[in-house]
Amino acid sequence: MSGTCLLRNGRATTLGRVPRLAFDGFRARVLEAVGEGKRIAALFGLPAVAPGAGPLPVFAVLADDARGDLEVLSTEVGPRFQALTPDCPQAHLFERELAEQFGVVPEGHPWPRPVRFQPPLGGGRDGLPEAASRGTAGAGQSDPPLAGSPRGLPGVADFFRLEGEGVHEVAVGPVHAGVIEPGHFRFQCHGEDVFHLEISLGYQHRGIERALLGGPHPRTLFQVEAIAGDTTVGHTTAYAQIIETLRGWTVPPRAEALRAVGLELERLANHTGDLGALAGDVGFLPTSAFCGRIRGDFLNLSALLCGSRLGRGLVRPGGVGYDLDTEERLQKLITGLERGRADTRSAIQLLWETPGVMARFERTGTVSREACRALGLVGPAARACGAERDVRWNFPAGQYARSGVPPLPDPELRGGDVLARAVVRATEIENSLRFLLDLLARLPGGGVTGLAGGSGAAVGLETGTPLPPDMLAVSLVEGWRGEICHVAVTDARGTFARYKVVDPSFHNWIGLGMALRNQQISDFPLCNKSFNLSYCGFDL
Amino acid sequence: MSAAILPPVLALAGAPLLQGIITRTKAWFAGRRGPPLLQPYYDIAKLLRKGAVYSGTTSWVFRLGPAAGVGVAALCLLFLPLGNLPAPFSFEGDLVFVIYLLALARFLTVIAAMDTGSAFEGMGASREMAFAALAEPALLFGLVAVARQTGRLSLEGLIRPIDVGDWAAHGATLLLVLAGLFLVFLAENSRIPVDDPTTHLELTMIHEVMVLDHGGPDFAFVEYAAALKLWILGALITGIALPVRTGEVAIDLAAMVAGLAGLAVLVGIIESTLVRLRLVQVPHLLIGACSLALLGFLIQ
Repeated sequence: MSGTCLLRNGRATTLGRVPRLAFDGFRARVLEAVGEGKRIAALFGLPAVAPGAGPLPVFAVLADDARGDLEVLSTEVGPRFQALTPDCPQAHLFERELAEQFGVVPEGHPWPRPVRFQPPLGGGRDGLPEAASRGTAGAGQSDPPLAGSPRGLPGVADFFRLEGEGVHEVAVGPVHAGVIEPGHFRFQCHGEDVFHLEISLGYQHRGIERALLGGPHPRTLFQVEAIAGDTTVGHTTAYAQIIETLRGWTVPPRAEALRAVGLELERLANHTGDLGALAGDVGFLPTSAFCGRIRGDFLNLSALLCGSRLGRGLVRPGGVGYDLDTEERLQKLITGLERGRADTRSAIQLLWETPGVMARFERTGTVSREACRALGLVGPAARACGAERDVRWNFPAGQYARSGVPPLPDPELRGGDVLARAVVRATEIENSLRFLLDLLARLPGGGVTGLAGGSGAAVGLETGTPLPPDMLAVSLVEGWRGEICHVAVTDARGTFARYKVVDPSFHNWIGLGMALRNQQISDFPLCNKSFNLSYCGFDL
Repeated sequence: MSAAILPPVLALAGAPLLQGIITRTKAWFAGRRGPPLLQPYYDIAKLLRKGAVYSGTTSWVFRLGPAAGVGVAALCLLFLPLGNLPAPFSFEGDLVFVIYLLALARFLTVIAAMDTGSAFEGMGASREMAFAALAEPALLFGLVAVARQTGRLSLEGLIRPIDVGDWAAHGATLLLVLAGLFLVFLAENSRIPVDDPTTHLELTMIHEVMVLDHGGPDFAFVEYAAALKLWILGALITGIALPVRTGEVAIDLAAMVAGLAGLAVLVGIIESTLVRLRLVQVPHLLIGACSLALLGFLIQ
């Protein structure tokens, strides 16, 4: 019960090896580790299986980008505990989530608002007053309809307010003028200038984490595929790694390669679409139109691989559901990627060559390096601030442990503005294409699943046998938005006592809020598109 | 008098077509087929068949806006010549009257937007008024600069006499005025680089955000009034730019219609190749338009 527990990406440990510290020691260790440059990849509580199960166990996963290991530690918290947030800003949303899911109170938290307006997760814990265990959402514990309680309605809460002459508030959403996901944005403005943006989500909450409890069920894989529809391969790969490490399955090299193909195709399609959308937001038709079309081409390559443009059915625990089994399809894929490379190059080159576009991108929505580090941003948004933060480099697993992705340009060139986020995306498109073409030229042979007798789309769906009991597994995947972190904790019966999902959007929404400070409110859509965060991935 | 009835009738019937041409041009540039040329008519017809929804916070002002907007725009048409085709009515100084009518139409849109009490619409209204304060002088200076050449202060008296000889004599003035008026034309009709009529992003909109709460027939009126405004400012530009004054109604008419269609294609090309300005830079563009028109006024 002492010492530290360090894990590699995609590895599991017995719960007994995870240090259980007193809360003060836990708090001090997290602050110390974050001070040393680690990040909070996940911080979550364990729901009680039955009422009266003792204080709330809380686990933290701290990612060390430089050394590539994950430190896991745990503690128990009472009804009230001293919040980490004042000393460690990147804990802010995790602590709000703890408060919402379990009714505990992080004392001293500067902004203890609900996160998703969800009902509490699991039963009440000992020592939590009845009212508190009902959660900030004000709803009961057994999935009551949120609409039943006016306090539980998403967005119905206090918002940050600025007072003063000429200051006004602009509220946008959750219903927008375009067909996009729902989210509520509150701007504190002075004329056209934004002082502060507060983002309130939860409209897409589907209860994914609750549904995953007690799993894996036959439905679990499909629920994971739907965490964020545009990151299907990313989330499913994270889930597959969890199941594989818990069950001790090995994945054949060919399957790992095909997963990487799926993941990079997802990245290509979304990054291309994002660059097109950025062009569209400034009214630059050529790149907008080109990229919209090229995005479709990349999606079609995913369909070539597994029959689904969104990569559904590709990744299965133990391997992949579909093999690239004919030479003809392999050649089609390579040709498609080569054409995609030529197309994206010319479409993106137009962006850089148009002074009007550059004038809109440069010095718009800048996030400082300090803010990026303090808030623990991930993915292209963090890399655009000069951070060398990419699961594919820092925590390589699967194919990425064998062949690396080319690096990004000099961090000094990444200034944290919309332009930097566009440049990072453009470079990653180029890098992914190079990685894929190299990989496809020497695709490993062999089977695509490590399971005996298994083949086809139904492989790895078997969930009858329980998982090993009392284990904890961590899995990181660099989805196109950034670090996807899944943590599974199994109970004594070998089912999920907790399956924690941290979508990159969970880290990054606050980054968008920072980007908007002292900006023009009319530049919000451009800044928003440059992050392109997920609502459903956040809301779970 | 028979020829004088043609410009307003043509405007009422043909205005939405200009929007259709712009959309088709943009679609062609994007490699798409695009909607039919008559799509704006279908849209208006569809909206007219729908019911309207009114927020409980709005008053009669909100309902007055769209219908009155069309009425005021139609009133402008009565004073608008189309090249060599005379306007139905004309009096000395109707130039100022028409500019005031356009301002009245804007006032009605803005007051209807403010009536909703929505932060968005207030924001759009404030942008619209701020930019209008710069666009109106440009329009006035431009028209007065031309009036100075022709010696008449009515739209008809200002545009009809412009022939090839005038272009030979005062080409520089007319060119400067045209450049200024074209910028005003883009700004007033919420086209790129000032506004983006196709955007769905409410926070970047200027004109569109003011009409977000209108629906059904009201929105049809808003759309139709916007089409009429496009035609009115377009007809002023075409009238000055094309000195076709044969006296043959058919030829003069054909030249002007071709000119308007060409103007719509030009707008489509601009929207396909240019980028929207940052909102804070829009005033620079409009001040540029004012300067061009003023320069045209000063030189002889």
